[in-house]
Amino acid sequence: MKTLSENRKAALLSILILIVSCLIWEASIPAQKAVGELTEYELLTGGGQPKAGVPPPSQVLAKAWEQLSNPFYDAGPNDKGIGIQIGYSIYRVLTGYLLAAAIAIPLGFLIGMSSVAYKALNPFIQVLRPISPLAWMPLALFVIQDSEMSAIFVIFICSIWPMLINTAFGVAGVREDWVNVARTHELSALKTAFTVILPAAAPTIVTGMRISIGIAWLVIVAAEMLVGGTGIGYYVWNEWNNLDLTSVIFSILMIGVVGMLLDSLFGLLQRTVAYTE
Amino acid sequence: MTKPFLSIEHLTQRYPDGQGGAFTVFENASFGIDKGEFVCILGHSGCGKSTIMNILAGLAEPTGGVVKMDGMHVSGPSLDRGVVFQNYSLLPWLSALKNVTFGVSARFPSWGKARVIEHSTAFLAKVGLTGDAIHRKPSQLSGGMRQRVSIARAFANEPKLLLLDEPFGALDALTRGTIQDELIKVWSDTDQTVFMITHDIDEAILLADRILLMTNGPMAQVAESVEITIPRPRVRNDIVEHPNYYAIRNHLVHFLAQRSAELSGQAQTPDQQPKPVRIDMTEDADSEDPEPATPILRAVEG
Repeated sequence: MKTLSENRKAALLSILILIVSCLIWEASIPAQKAVGELTEYELLTGGGQPKAGVPPPSQVLAKAWEQLSNPFYDAGPNDKGIGIQIGYSIYRVLTGYLLAAAIAIPLGFLIGMSSVAYKALNPFIQVLRPISPLAWMPLALFVIQDSEMSAIFVIFICSIWPMLINTAFGVAGVREDWVNVARTHELSALKTAFTVILPAAAPTIVTGMRISIGIAWLVIVAAEMLVGGTGIGYYVWNEWNNLDLTSVIFSILMIGVVGMLLDSLFGLLQRTVAYTE
Repeated sequence: MTKPFLSIEHLTQRYPDGQGGAFTVFENASFGIDKGEFVCILGHSGCGKSTIMNILAGLAEPTGGVVKMDGMHVSGPSLDRGVVFQNYSLLPWLSALKNVTFGVSARFPSWGKARVIEHSTAFLAKVGLTGDAIHRKPSQLSGGMRQRVSIARAFANEPKLLLLDEPFGALDALTRGTIQDELIKVWSDTDQTVFMITHDIDEAILLADRILLMTNGPMAQVAESVEITIPRPRVRNDIVEHPNYYAIRNHLVHFLAQRSAELSGQAQTPDQQPKPVRIDMTEDADSEDPEPATPILRAVEG
């Protein structure tokens, strides 16, 4: 018999772990029945409410099938398809994230090129960076007076730091030799920035971008729980209020899947800009 | 006497020594290089060879003195002065060919893309890089191949002056030999003026028209200018047979082993030029002149 490759073995093992843990989960949840005799009211409303509890994976799967087969339905403010909710979240994340990138990368370049700028701005960065992005929320709501924009602002403020710091670090660490190559070829400052420093610092910058998008996706869920209205974070909270734990578990899984997709997108970008010395 | 193509006048470099004083690397160094000449500079580490190189490249500013090329004052880096760095300094995210076109399109901005590529490919071929290899990234090339790319990049730019900073320092002896041969080939095709730093005496004799000898630092000086009186084309195997070879070599070894230290720190008059030395055993091989024979005796002692 031919031995399986390492990847195949790992894939098989993953599937096995998934099936076993689902089975254990399924088995550990007792069947829920309406206990005892039904009251008149219960008879009138068509059976008793089962006691709220953690749903078995089979129910979550059924829910997932139901939701994913029609992800974009819109039946009023409290009942939108999962696709629409995720779409709102991604829109907010990308808007805040791109705004942050548009500021962090050029600013990081300046900080990286000039040690004076670095020393001058470093204290601000060090103080602002550890602030939990949600701590900005009340101030944002007051100043911006718009919950949608406030959520975007929170994404902006949380994703700016890793990009800023990594860009500055990457630019400052560009090897002197490569800058000398640009100098001996009489490249203009702009051309040096784009043809030598940017490609040289790109791996570090993209690493910062990847960290940022991860943080942004973590933060959007919490931000949307606060601002409400739309988005995957709001959806989770809304289903909790409905005591629909099946939907809660399903949406938790969706948050994970979307986060993974965003991350692997930047993983791809990282691979295209990577180089070995 | 006409001014040489490149003239270095009263070049002085001092660094603060951290205790309020100044550390003088070299003072009043003056020498000239003619057009089309291949000049090597030999000296112990710390004598300021690399500093002179960086000043010539425009990457460093001297404390005093001037460098003139074609009568024009040199300041700042320029495409007229190409540099081959010891550690290749190729851009690792570009292929070998792109590393060369990078330089060529900076040098000749008016050229079309096809012409740039054609010119670059031709120079890569001159150093023995053809076919698939030119599309590889530097990380996929061996050290010797990387230095070839670096040499091709410098020659393809056709600078007025080519500066080589110990280009073979990081290579093994065999690779070093082949690339030296290639360097000579490219150089003789192009009439390039070359100024090269090296530690290797044999390399200097093989390549150079003239060797400048530096005394030890601090306060180093360019003490001698030794003419290599071995006719070109030189072949590694054959030049050791030439009567001048060991005479010159012994002179150089003696200088580096002994006199570079003896002469070190001696004050230099501002207008001092390196003392020209010409060793030629072929001119009066029959005569019983003891003077040229001394270097051989010295070698036996050493």
